[in-house]
Amino acid sequence: MSAPFSADLAQIGKSVVIKGELSGSEDLYVDGQVEGSIALKGNSLTVGPHGQIKASVEAKGVIVQGKLEGNVLATDRVDLRKTAIVTGDISTQRIAIEEGAYLKGKVDIQGRAEKAAGK
Amino acid sequence: MASVTHNFMKLFRSSAGGQREASQPVQKLTRRSSGLGELSRLWDGESPLCVLDLGSTSPSNIRFFTERGHKIYSEDLLVSSTEPGLVTKDEQGNVVLDSRKYLAENLQYPALHFDVVLCWNLPDYLDESLVRPVMGRLWSVLKPGGMLLAFFHTKDAGPDSPCYRFHILEKDVLEMQRIVLRREARRGPTGAIHTAIADGFRLQRVFNNRHIETLFRDFASIKFFLARDNVREVLVVR
Repeated sequence: MSAPFSADLAQIGKSVVIKGELSGSEDLYVDGQVEGSIALKGNSLTVGPHGQIKASVEAKGVIVQGKLEGNVLATDRVDLRKTAIVTGDISTQRIAIEEGAYLKGKVDIQGRAEKAAGK
Repeated sequence: MASVTHNFMKLFRSSAGGQREASQPVQKLTRRSSGLGELSRLWDGESPLCVLDLGSTSPSNIRFFTERGHKIYSEDLLVSSTEPGLVTKDEQGNVVLDSRKYLAENLQYPALHFDVVLCWNLPDYLDESLVRPVMGRLWSVLKPGGMLLAFFHTKDAGPDSPCYRFHILEKDVLEMQRIVLRREARRGPTGAIHTAIADGFRLQRVFNNRHIETLFRDFASIKFFLARDNVREVLVVR
């Protein structure tokens, strides 16, 4: 599966390995390996089918098709596709999980009011 | 006439084996659960609960609890038990699973953390060497007064009784979906993954009532519900 084409989409390909802090203000598609932290506050992260993330993730939306190990804080929504393997706690406003996805961790649905109050 | 022809063609198509099997949807059954009905009194209350679901990741269960303002933790203990690195030998040289290693990697929660643990049919399918250690850990992570729901087969169940994942549909209605293992869960250097069979999990044993009472002897109370489908539902209170 290839990344959806978009002018504002940064891509990390299958053979790329990154260790450290990753932040930005555009959507990000990761099909390689990232270890550390990912912060895309107003944008979305997509973990492709070959993607392997070991990082805490903060983004507006998170779509997972590959492996993600770390806590996820999404201000809008999280989508776990059928091939997703996620180990970590998820905090978001909305979540969609396809049949077959694997999740080991807590799911915490936070309302807008709760978020604003910083609960 | 057209509909008769259509139905006849449907019948013909359904009797052609082979490739059709792969595209067939996984069989789902619905059952009423008295134990779940009893538990539902808890989640209809005002205070938010902390729920631990030990079955396969279920979107329905996550939705069910989060919509009611509860926190849900999901952890598939059966799939974790197929990890090849757990295979070891005991003092007699028997192949067993390393329960210490297993508990170091799974069920890592603070003591007295959960109000409810949904065990489903885990004890029946979990490897023998893990059952008691897991139940001990579950006792310690449950709050006093917290409840655990587990299902046990009766003696009429055969070793190939299918292992299901359980989706909560309503407060006392479950949808059961036969578990088909991920390919990678069956892979491993030793190949000695006890609980896994060709496409699912093997029933490891049948507990009688006395075994069940012994298994939960540290809990404050135990309640049995006998269901029609060769299953006893057990609700224990810590």
